[in-house]
Amino acid sequence: MLLIHCPYCEEERPELEFRHAGEAHVARPVEITAESDEAFEGYFFIRANPRGIAYERWRHIHGCGRFFNAVRDTVSDRFFATYKAGRKKPDAAKFAGAATGGKDKR
Amino acid sequence: MADVANRDLKAMRREKLAGLSTTRERVSVTPGPPAARLALRAGEDALNSVSRALGVGVPRKPKTSARAKSGGRVALWLGPDEWLVIDEDGADLPAAAGWAKALHSAVDVSHRNVAILVAGDGAETCLAAGCPQDLSLAAFPVGACSRTVLGKVEIVLWRTSERAFHVEVWRSFAEYAYAFLAEAARDV
Amino acid sequence: MVGANRIAGTGRLSAAGRLAFSFDGRSYQGLEGDTLASALLANDVHLVGRSFKYHRPRGVLSAGTEEPNALVGVHRDAARRTPNVRATVQEVYDGLTAVSQNRWPSLAFDIGAINDLFSPFFSAGFYYKTFMWPKAAWAAFYEPKIRAAAGLGVAPDRPDPDRYAARYAHCDVLVVGGGAAGLAAALTAAETGARVIICDEQAAPGGAMRFETGARIDGEEGWAWAQKATARLAGMDNVRVLTRTTAFGYYAQNFVALAERVGDHLAEPGDRPRERLWQVRARRVVLATGAIERHMVFADNDRPGIMLASAARTYLNHYGVCVGRNVGVYAGNDSAYAAAIDLKRAGVAIAAIVDLRETPKGALYEEARGLGIDVLPGRAVIGVDGRTRVSSMTVTPRTGGPSRRIAIDALLTSSGWTPSVHLYSQSRGKVAFDASTQRFLPDAYPQDCVSVGACNGTDDLAAALKEAAAAGERAGRATGARAKATKAPRVDASEGWSGGMPGVAPGAGADAAVKAFVDFQNDVTAKDIRQAVREGMRSIEHVKRFTTNGMATDQGKTSNLHGLAIAADALGKEMHEVGLTTFRPPYTPVTFGALVNQARGALFDPTRKTAMHDWHEKHRAVFEDVGQWKRPWYYPRAGEDMHEAVNRECATVRQTAGLFDASTLGKIEVVGPDAAAFMELLYTNPWQKLEPGRCRYGVMLREDGFVYDDGVVGRLAPDRFHVTTTTGGAARVLNHMEDYLQTEFPHLKVWLTSVSEQWAVIAVQGPKSRDIIAPFVEGIDLADAALPHMSVREGQVCGVPARLFRMSFSGELGFEVNVPADYGEAVWEALWTEAEKNGACAYGTETMHVLRAEKGFIIVGQDTDGTVTPDDAGLAWAIGKKKTDFVGIRGLRRPDLMAAGRKQLVGLRTRDPNIVLEEGAQIVADPNQPVPMTMIGHVTSSYWSQNCGRSIALALIADGRARMGETVYVPMPNGAIAAEIGQTVFFDEKGERVHG
Repeated sequence: MLLIHCPYCEEERPELEFRHAGEAHVARPVEITAESDEAFEGYFFIRANPRGIAYERWRHIHGCGRFFNAVRDTVSDRFFATYKAGRKKPDAAKFAGAATGGKDKR
Repeated sequence: MADVANRDLKAMRREKLAGLSTTRERVSVTPGPPAARLALRAGEDALNSVSRALGVGVPRKPKTSARAKSGGRVALWLGPDEWLVIDEDGADLPAAAGWAKALHSAVDVSHRNVAILVAGDGAETCLAAGCPQDLSLAAFPVGACSRTVLGKVEIVLWRTSERAFHVEVWRSFAEYAYAFLAEAARDV
Repeated sequence: MVGANRIAGTGRLSAAGRLAFSFDGRSYQGLEGDTLASALLANDVHLVGRSFKYHRPRGVLSAGTEEPNALVGVHRDAARRTPNVRATVQEVYDGLTAVSQNRWPSLAFDIGAINDLFSPFFSAGFYYKTFMWPKAAWAAFYEPKIRAAAGLGVAPDRPDPDRYAARYAHCDVLVVGGGAAGLAAALTAAETGARVIICDEQAAPGGAMRFETGARIDGEEGWAWAQKATARLAGMDNVRVLTRTTAFGYYAQNFVALAERVGDHLAEPGDRPRERLWQVRARRVVLATGAIERHMVFADNDRPGIMLASAARTYLNHYGVCVGRNVGVYAGNDSAYAAAIDLKRAGVAIAAIVDLRETPKGALYEEARGLGIDVLPGRAVIGVDGRTRVSSMTVTPRTGGPSRRIAIDALLTSSGWTPSVHLYSQSRGKVAFDASTQRFLPDAYPQDCVSVGACNGTDDLAAALKEAAAAGERAGRATGARAKATKAPRVDASEGWSGGMPGVAPGAGADAAVKAFVDFQNDVTAKDIRQAVREGMRSIEHVKRFTTNGMATDQGKTSNLHGLAIAADALGKEMHEVGLTTFRPPYTPVTFGALVNQARGALFDPTRKTAMHDWHEKHRAVFEDVGQWKRPWYYPRAGEDMHEAVNRECATVRQTAGLFDASTLGKIEVVGPDAAAFMELLYTNPWQKLEPGRCRYGVMLREDGFVYDDGVVGRLAPDRFHVTTTTGGAARVLNHMEDYLQTEFPHLKVWLTSVSEQWAVIAVQGPKSRDIIAPFVEGIDLADAALPHMSVREGQVCGVPARLFRMSFSGELGFEVNVPADYGEAVWEALWTEAEKNGACAYGTETMHVLRAEKGFIIVGQDTDGTVTPDDAGLAWAIGKKKTDFVGIRGLRRPDLMAAGRKQLVGLRTRDPNIVLEEGAQIVADPNQPVPMTMIGHVTSSYWSQNCGRSIALALIADGRARMGETVYVPMPNGAIAAEIGQTVFFDEKGERVHG
């Protein structure tokens, strides 16, 4: 069971209180009806699913109820950072050194 | 028209865990009495106004609670814009909140939740059977509160003293939560 | 003394604590503190079981959790029959009953042992190659036969009557292992003030001090020091000492699972749980898991009486039991010498020490020689005699030459020690091979963890304690604890060992056809491993799976390194080039009871009941499980079956009225000045112009354009909506709403609150519904003009604050009375008395389903399946045509969702009105086409409709609305059923009845 730092509760909480909510920084287009079929496909269906550093959304559903974002290494499961929804996406280069996916590419 | 006005509301009320109680050497698990409850939502800018209206300073710090200066009213921090206000005397909380001019949402949830009181030297151990949070006094001091999980259900946990916790659980999960704690109490 | 092999003056058990126990029906005596293994050996019982595959007689190999052979059944009573209990772990209690396993008719004479004679046929991969054909015979014949012949104990056939407890625990420092190193680490960690948990799998901490009589720490014998250290730890407020507790799994972020055996060692466990699962979150972990001795791999090395040297020392030095009277020793290292020396000093004859090494030297060698023990260096044991108890060993020079047979009654072997890196490996650490000592050791730590002592390759006791004490203090300080720790315990004397070799001993090498066992529990021999390599297995993971080496419940604790060495040799590679297999949890077997713990019976999963549940029970409702909810399905009267009850309920509702418990529907209160704007975005319908006091049926889509949920929404005030969801959708719809509100539309001033459980909901449906509720309603005008269809008002019902909806899911005049849940039952009872007067009934979910199907109302999740658009379901009218945005608006314009030929919801009327179609049945246009037929749709809902006097069905059919009047077919085993496509509304097509 992972420990996840909730940026709203300002402390680490057990994974049981959280729910994974897919890839982060996929914003709904403001003019969604103007999107081409290809653009809509990219927005709604296509996900990066990387090996290594991943940006993902979590919800502290059995805690404060907030959705927030996290940077996690999908190989080691280690969280590098969690931050409030709406905040800027942290640069992957900041974590590349510590990520297993970076040096252990298949 | 039937004579509805004279009906005794108290007699009509069927409390969820009525009649249940578990007492062991080091811990007791008992249902709490009915209370008024309010799901309060408000932005930062509304907190002073809402606090004045409710007569209790809603806490801004995560995992903390605040009690009214007098009477049995408490506001539990659940999220950055969410509080659970409990009034043991059954006051009309939506009406009280209605006095606040600032923007907020006040929803009566008095019957949605059921309280279970876990008390005694073994209270912390009893809850640790199903709650994954660190409940030591250092991590979860008196007055601390948090939405969390107990076994397979969600609860709001509030520490009322070194040796006592107040558990809030949704009505239909109350039977499970009570049975879970009663079973855990056997191993305290 | 108790038992023939108990030697007075040795061991630590008190002769006063006598216990009676039985094994295979014979009664024996043991002492308090005995394990079943030590008590049996004390009574000169070596033969304790039969092996898994070949049914070979087996004895006790070890004195600990690594035991692969001595697995027995322990029977407390008819329901408490635990199979595969390690006799070396099970403590004896008064009255313990144990039985041997995998033998018939008896342990000494076992028919299955014929497998041993046919063993050439049962080599590695035998099952995979032999039982392949015919395919059907595998499940019918081969598997049951193999399972009956092979295998270990028999699983109990009754429910487990014991209870199991669970505990989450949090600490600064978790020390795994209570040997000298673990205790030293725990002491310094505790002295810093950190919160410490130390666990040890034995009844008392002490680890190797149990047999290592040569160690003296702080002026005391090692074992005595360990007990004092334990007592000191137990007396500290910040320390929890857990004995009989195995750390079996090491997970992410220092989450470690421990299984504590609470009652298995007690004659009368009383109200205690049998076991307790600890889920520990530690800020730092110190692994002090020790090392496990390996056996020698030589011909017939599995005969009872052949055991690990350290085990023999444990039985002697701790339990006061000698494992033989004329004992041979076979060693590839020093440590086995200590066993010979201890036994010799206790008066046991040592037949010889056979040492593979040409020139053994050192203190132990000298001491053994000094005691007059015959040491045979440069020699190997190439065979033994004695099927059920070893009787002699055959010794030759390792380079070849004349052999000699030496009589023995026990043979102690050691080929070195394997550090226990299991938990380190589970923590995702990668072991590194240390060529000089031929072993794998922890390398880099991926978690906040450190290994100390023997599991870290630190063999010298003084060095181990120094390392452990420093690690304990460091771990404590790392968590912020600041108090000063004392120095490491002083080691006054210790035993020094060296040497060791993995792999086969002479005589069991490449050209030998002997059975030299590597893995005792799975009956894997050196030959099997070489054969696996010959048959093309190259990866050690493949060798493991092909041979099953290390795959038994002992997880290869004694066999892994041997297996690897043999495979490496056969592959012509170095051991580190081949690599170790991955260690996975659990370290030792864990009962399902411990893992499940409290989650049994009523606590398996929450059972959700509505406020009126007791009334339903009293009125003999049959309940239906809807998710975790119990909902009344139907209320059979005396003599009625389900069909009759549902027919009556359906007819009664339409003729007079019915009461229905609708409390389980999800309810969300949407509050704030932007509530309507938010509703516009989350539902397809327009909401801005809905007047307060009015209701609307809302359809919710996912962004892909498919129907996600639906429900009636009432507007209570300009800034307040009362939203209902499906029962199953309550939680996910709120999550979906919160997701959009928090992350896509955070600018909207609106908040969502679940009120599903705040309100008990009583649906009163039917022509008499107004008459039934009217006597109880206050403050609400029920007249049609004042409260038209699809309205909501707040007032009082039975004096209770209520939200009264005029709405209908039955097509009849209807109301839904929402009252605070605690009043639900009393209000229901009041309404019921009035309902009875009017000849109304209570009805359940089945009738609700039929009535709504008669009206063509869909149920999301039954008539839709996540690939259905509003238009497919005939709900295009619910989409606000002028709206420029809502969730799903773009998805609806995807080419596939607008293409012709989509499946559309239609009504189906079978040609024979008495036939009720099966829900889910496929539909074809031409029943005479060849198989496989072209399916054009499927039945989504199907019922007998008493009100229509015929069967009715809803179906999704390609281009369905363009096929009105066409006949389609539902192929069934007894022929195709003809049905006509028609409108989805079967009853009151004009919809007049809702207006009363």
